[in-house]
Amino acid sequence: MATTKYSIFSVMREALRGHTGWRPAWRNPEPKKAYDIIIVGGGGHGLATAYYLAKEFNQSRIAVIEKGWIGGGNVGRNTTIVRSNYLLPGNIPFYELSMKLWEGLEQDINYNAMVSQRGVLNLYHSDGQRDAFARRGNAMRLHGVDAELLDKAAVKSLVPFLDFDNARFPIHGGLLQRRGGTVRHDAVAWGYARAADLRGVDIIQNCEVTDISREGGKIIGVETSRGFIGAQKVGVAVAGNSSRVMAMAGLRLPIESHVLQAFVSESIKPFVDGVVTFGAGHFYISQSDKGGLVFGGDLDGYNSYAQRGNLPVVEDVCEGGMALMPRIGRVRLLRQWGGIMDMSMDGSPIIDRTPIDGLFFNGGWCYGGFKATPASGFCFAHLIAKNTVHPAASAYRLDRFATGHTIDEKGMGPHPNLH
Amino acid sequence: MRIQCPCCGERSLDEFTYYGDASVTRPNAFAPTAMSDYHAYVYQRDNRDGDHRELWYHAAGCHACLVVTRNVRSHIISDVRIAREVARERDAAALPGSTS
Repeated sequence: MATTKYSIFSVMREALRGHTGWRPAWRNPEPKKAYDIIIVGGGGHGLATAYYLAKEFNQSRIAVIEKGWIGGGNVGRNTTIVRSNYLLPGNIPFYELSMKLWEGLEQDINYNAMVSQRGVLNLYHSDGQRDAFARRGNAMRLHGVDAELLDKAAVKSLVPFLDFDNARFPIHGGLLQRRGGTVRHDAVAWGYARAADLRGVDIIQNCEVTDISREGGKIIGVETSRGFIGAQKVGVAVAGNSSRVMAMAGLRLPIESHVLQAFVSESIKPFVDGVVTFGAGHFYISQSDKGGLVFGGDLDGYNSYAQRGNLPVVEDVCEGGMALMPRIGRVRLLRQWGGIMDMSMDGSPIIDRTPIDGLFFNGGWCYGGFKATPASGFCFAHLIAKNTVHPAASAYRLDRFATGHTIDEKGMGPHPNLH
Repeated sequence: MRIQCPCCGERSLDEFTYYGDASVTRPNAFAPTAMSDYHAYVYQRDNRDGDHRELWYHAAGCHACLVVTRNVRSHIISDVRIAREVARERDAAALPGSTS
């Protein structure tokens, strides 16, 4: 199928002929009997993996199998923030690789993903927190990532409407990553799907994997709701449901599923330029290009496979918002929803082989999965194609909990609901 | 979501603190397999869909630790028991003849 290259000229040409020439952005193929590589999960990470497998690692005969429709899971449920302001050596190179891939993504996949480097500002509210942020900023800069420690006056010039003199949590300053920002989340799924499809990847929707078939400790394919599909290699990227899918192969993971809520307000005029996070509670906010304030906070805190949350956390998030920027108090909430997170035991992801030959696992993204999409796909594709770990993802081993090499960015210990 | 505390009656979720999966139990530290037993105990979870046994601490109430059986998809709570009683029954079953 010939797909138009998107450009200003294709837009003008279609404008002149009444938009009658647009074609579907990807095919809807029937599953073949067998593939070389099957990716389970048609979310951002699965589609990115398929794309990089085809483009960077010259693999062919690839299928992405999705139980619903592509982009209907967490890639369409997050708060669209991208950043690489991490502290630990296992994390920084990986998220910085992701940031660099975001910066070139739109040209790479010929799709407008609305990558907007509008800056991510983390506020600090005490001397101790300032020291911690200075340390984080130094760690970032040592790895070549941009970071600026701002004092109160500098934050005031950026976002003058915050409650700086809050009696309990006055704002002393912030750590700013100017290259951070937001990306249109749905467009990421669609853009990767289109680009992968153009390189021959079969995207098979409404096809649920019901079993992972093995023979003598080696992968031979997957059973699905549309019959058996053979494969030499299977990569699982189904964060939220990782434990359920990997249990089909008899594996027990260091992961619990938890629900995270997100919120969007009615559309208002431009108000919040970048991404702002509250340092004294858990609250983060940005404004979508459509005008809605997009914000969120903590997990609900208990195991859940229900894509909806409870009221105490709604109250907690809104209290955080009011403490940070009292102006939003009269803005009406438009929508609120929940997504299921793979909460790993140390708050960091897993991209690794499994004890089963030919079965690869990508999951445990906690609630940092969206910003990781390009690097996750790139490193997972590297692992599947070459059977060796990509240097940027070398810390994300499945056995790190047994060997004591956990990557606990928040310092919470093995409590998934606290990461 | 509200939890029927055996001591205090039905109470709002925000009175409770979540302590995680109640189905794992602390292994014997002197067993030859203690290393892998503890790895499984601390880090690995079944994380199944459906009914889940979990610990909730009634922090803003009677301070009892509860074993709650809740469906993680519908949030329907089918059973709430005091954790101490659950533990005593489990230990009694594990050590025949023991009363505590």
